[in-house]
Amino acid sequence: MAFLEIDHVTKHFPAPDGRGAVCVFRDVAFAIEEGEFLTMIGHSGCGKSTLLNIIAGLERPSEGGVVLEGREVARPGMDRMVVFQNFSLMPWMTVFENVRLAVRAAHPDWSRRAVTAWVQRYVDMVGLTGAEDKRPAALSGGMRQRVGLARAFSTEPKVLLLDEPFAQIDALTRGVIQDELMRMWNATRNTVFMVTHDVDEAILLSDRIALMTSGPEARLAEIVEVKLARPRLRAELLDDPEYVRLRAHILRFLVEGARREAALAG
Amino acid sequence: MSRDRIRVLLISLLVGALFLAVWQASVARQPKGKGLPGPAAVAQTAWEMLRHPFYDNGPNDKGIGLQLGASLGRLAAGYVAASVVAVMLGVTFGLSPTLYRAVNPYIQVLKPVSPLAWMPLFLYALKDSGQSAILVIFMSSLWPTLANTAFGVASIKRDYLHVAAILQLSWWRRLVTVILPAAAPAIVAGLRISIGSAWVAIVAAEMLIGGTGIGYFVWNEWNNLALTSVIFAILAIGLIGVLLDAGLGRLSRRLAWSE
Repeated sequence: MAFLEIDHVTKHFPAPDGRGAVCVFRDVAFAIEEGEFLTMIGHSGCGKSTLLNIIAGLERPSEGGVVLEGREVARPGMDRMVVFQNFSLMPWMTVFENVRLAVRAAHPDWSRRAVTAWVQRYVDMVGLTGAEDKRPAALSGGMRQRVGLARAFSTEPKVLLLDEPFAQIDALTRGVIQDELMRMWNATRNTVFMVTHDVDEAILLSDRIALMTSGPEARLAEIVEVKLARPRLRAELLDDPEYVRLRAHILRFLVEGARREAALAG
Repeated sequence: MSRDRIRVLLISLLVGALFLAVWQASVARQPKGKGLPGPAAVAQTAWEMLRHPFYDNGPNDKGIGLQLGASLGRLAAGYVAASVVAVMLGVTFGLSPTLYRAVNPYIQVLKPVSPLAWMPLFLYALKDSGQSAILVIFMSSLWPTLANTAFGVASIKRDYLHVAAILQLSWWRRLVTVILPAAAPAIVAGLRISIGSAWVAIVAAEMLIGGTGIGYFVWNEWNNLALTSVIFAILAIGLIGVLLDAGLGRLSRRLAWSE
């Protein structure tokens, strides 16, 4: 049995005019192995973030279900931590307090000292040493998402759910934080499900990439394997024939999907 | 100090001086012992009262400090009780829009009622004027905090609640670490309005119940035709109001946060 199984999930939303329902995606089924980094890529509106929320337990599927280690998950839980696109840090808490909230929740029986040491370890790991007492409002987008990563990793979840985690970070910082995520993931080998529309990001980080057709009624088109050795270095990848082939394949899929969408709309 | 602030200060002092001058001029030509007292007479009364603020010569002759203290004691009792109830109800309504919509019509009807209108009911039910006055303060400071808390909690970003749900926080930790801090700016804004209306209501309530308090003092001095005392009491009430508001203003700055 697979570690995390997305079992024929369909999601309907109530139609905007209040009559009937709109199908976002239909019959999406795949499995993620333990320790695997799987990324889902697709255009806006294909429901990939909705699927991530369903895995997180924040939304319910209309049909089908999500099975983690043989158990169906229907509610949010600490075994599935989310890194949000908009960071979702508590703005009234400092960097340290934001991470501590999660560590305390994960280890209610730990002493104050043990919690403090653990929080500090993860704050250091994401390079925020010295910024512990700052509030999110005083941080750049990149630094805020480092807090988001520290918060998620610090609880050592079974599954990490990354919802376009770098979309709101400026392009120059994005690469640095992607590298940091890769380093952390190499150290922990968490099971990761990421959602993105950035092809390079998907190839750089993933073991496999799931391609979604455009919504409404999006479907899982195919899952491609990324056969590139780790650790991957951004600069070297650019000339790697496998990287070039994969990138072209995914881009072609996305462009053709968009064209078909345009044809349908026209 | 910046030029702008100096200008504000100068105009402010000028307005005050002008007011005192017009006041003094308008009372200068009236025969002694008739008409309104002038600023000099008020200042003299103020000086005497402030020299002995806590003397106690029986029920109808107490220092201004004792009277204000009695009012502040009532205010504290009624206001704290109302704030606790209002925040608890406000959080409940804020988390349950359905319940809030269901009870909102009743709140809307009760809200515009002057808190003093309740006084006869409280007097009849409690047979105690002191407790009735405290309940009037309770009624006057309930609604703004209730409405603001409900609004503040209802508009908490879903993301914060999502994080709380993923971390599986107990309802108590969720309340203390997420809901109350997130809604704190709105709650304190409500508390600030509430303390203002409570301080307004207490003067009238004490005029009705008698005994002690700054409101009773004002009415008693009016019966003695001691208008300098009345004017001084008005100033004292205003100053205490400013201090109460400033205290909550500080609290609001401490609890403020921005995204």
